[in-house]
Amino acid sequence: MARTDVQLMLDVKAGDEASFELLLHRYRTPLVNFLFRMVRNREQAEDLAQEVFLRVYRAREDYVPSAKFTTWMFRIATNLALNSVRDNRYHKLEDSMDAPVMVDAEDGGEKVLDVADKHPNIEQHLVEGARVKMIRRAIDKLPEKQRAAVLLHKYQELDYAEIAKILSCSESALKSLLFRAYESLRVELAPLVAVQGRP
Amino acid sequence: MSCEKMESRILAYVDGRLKESERPDVEKHLVACAPCRLRAEEFRAVSGLLEELPVIEPSPAFDARVRALVAAEPVQSNWWAWLRVPPRVAFAASALLVAALWFGTHKGPGPLPVQVDDAQMMQDLPVLEDHDVLTNFEPLKELPPPADDDSDNVQQQM
Repeated sequence: MARTDVQLMLDVKAGDEASFELLLHRYRTPLVNFLFRMVRNREQAEDLAQEVFLRVYRAREDYVPSAKFTTWMFRIATNLALNSVRDNRYHKLEDSMDAPVMVDAEDGGEKVLDVADKHPNIEQHLVEGARVKMIRRAIDKLPEKQRAAVLLHKYQELDYAEIAKILSCSESALKSLLFRAYESLRVELAPLVAVQGRP
Repeated sequence: MSCEKMESRILAYVDGRLKESERPDVEKHLVACAPCRLRAEEFRAVSGLLEELPVIEPSPAFDARVRALVAAEPVQSNWWAWLRVPPRVAFAASALLVAALWFGTHKGPGPLPVQVDDAQMMQDLPVLEDHDVLTNFEPLKELPPPADDDSDNVQQQM
């Protein structure tokens, strides 16, 4: 039977490095994806995910299983992501107007669009890419806290009480946050929503 | 139930996390309210669209970088860490303590008896100095040696 996150963390606290490896293996992909969707930069997302694991490791001596491990870990991740997004906002303003056009790469990142590249399925590729890109842009347009709420709710399958703890708000405030976020998303994604909603 | 109250329940209804006790009221409202019904459908559609985002895998070097960061972490110390001493040091300190206690409790023959009285020696020092001066006093060396029959001469003169 697999050990729970809390049991693994208590083993790490007792000096078992192998348990930390198991936690790393268990949460590396969800963390990197959450952070990538928050900051929209793969390299930065990985740097932040590494920082999350490092902070978890540093806190092992004082770890007390008072809350779910995922709540604690995603709270660290969310705080780092929100700070990073706020810092990036100023960097983005400095971006040059003649920056290369970026498109979504297959691995979920972005790459420079090479117009001369004659891919045989380029039309289909671009259509699919445009759809994904539209969804990403709609998420990007959400205020940071709404974005974090949507990502934690949709992709991490955390319950309302856990997400509220992560975002340091009440459960009713979280529900209001999510309602407003979904209202914005259905407006931004209206062309896709109409097709999706068709019976 | 009003449309306003639906705001805090509609997403939970769509994603299946609504409390069972609240479900009948929500469903009753949705049957009667077309705008809320449309909203619920579109929220469901948005939720489906969000699932289309591809999942990325961390780069191959990710784990190695985390391990390197963790390995570079200094050993944590807390308030009690100073009590933790290496076994060799602990053994040496214990041996020293035992030795000190043994010497403290087992009295030896005591201090050696004073062979020379310090106060007396201090009083004798001027005599020694006078002796040294007299033995090295040049004018005295030039004097003729004393006669052996000095006492006889005195008696004769008298």
